Amino acid sequence: MRRLLPFPVFAVSLAALWLLLVGSVKPGSLLLAAGFGLAGGWMLVSLTPPDGRLRRLAGIPRLLGLVLVEVLRSNADVARIILRRGGWQPRRSGFVRVRLQMRSPYGLAALACILTTTPGTVWVEYDSVENTMLLHVLDLIDEEAWVGIIKDRWEARLMEIFE
Amino acid sequence: MMAQAEVSLWLAVPVALLLLAGSALALVGSIGLLRLHSFYDRIHAPTLATSLGIGCVLVASMLFFSVTQARPVLHELLIAAFMVVTTPVTLMLLARAALYRDQQEGNPEVPPLPPLPAREERPEG
Repeated sequence: MRRLLPFPVFAVSLAALWLLLVGSVKPGSLLLAAGFGLAGGWMLVSLTPPDGRLRRLAGIPRLLGLVLVEVLRSNADVARIILRRGGWQPRRSGFVRVRLQMRSPYGLAALACILTTTPGTVWVEYDSVENTMLLHVLDLIDEEAWVGIIKDRWEARLMEIFE
Repeated sequence: MMAQAEVSLWLAVPVALLLLAGSALALVGSIGLLRLHSFYDRIHAPTLATSLGIGCVLVASMLFFSVTQARPVLHELLIAAFMVVTTPVTLMLLARAALYRDQQEGNPEVPPLPPLPAREERPEG
């Protein structure tokens, strides 16, 4: 089983990608999707991706919902900052360094995607020795609050899924 | 596909609103690129277009083609997924390049390079 399907989640995702792309579930497309999934898994072996597994899939829908809400909210916030008349109400932007507990490369990648997709925050740098990340925040009011947001809202949930 | 000229109002209105919202967000993002002052501030502006902006356009597209072709058209989800996965790569590349240069120049606005852990643990004297 391990030989046939070395990366089950990846294989299933690849098959789903193909089905979405052709937009049909006819037997022919299903067969081709299964073929791509299997072949993709075998090819990935030679790239030796870092170890990691999805531990709890149940947390993913809630996380996605939360991301969606955050994206909506922060889009409105950033749009307001940009369109603010006169431009210069006091606003401070700046860097925050956050010490993380999460080590899983997939979890970190997911965190980078989440933070970049929500406007107003950009993941700048990651230090793998110290396990800290550098975040740039457009509207920085309280640095401690941001550390809390990263750790409680995102990191804890991602660690549940990835570690 | 030929019947696109006679889409019902119930479809046309939400699709038009979503398209307008998406393009408005893209416009605001571009305005932000002009108006914000530092490089690190400006890097936030285009994420309006790459998150909710593109999201609105994609939902409009899914809605329109699903109804006019009378079958679920979902491949826009792939565009959204690939946008989410690839935007951080570009942004991180730009931000890190800028940060590296600022750190080399000793710009006080950016955090200095973090101290090496070995240096921290070594006892003084």
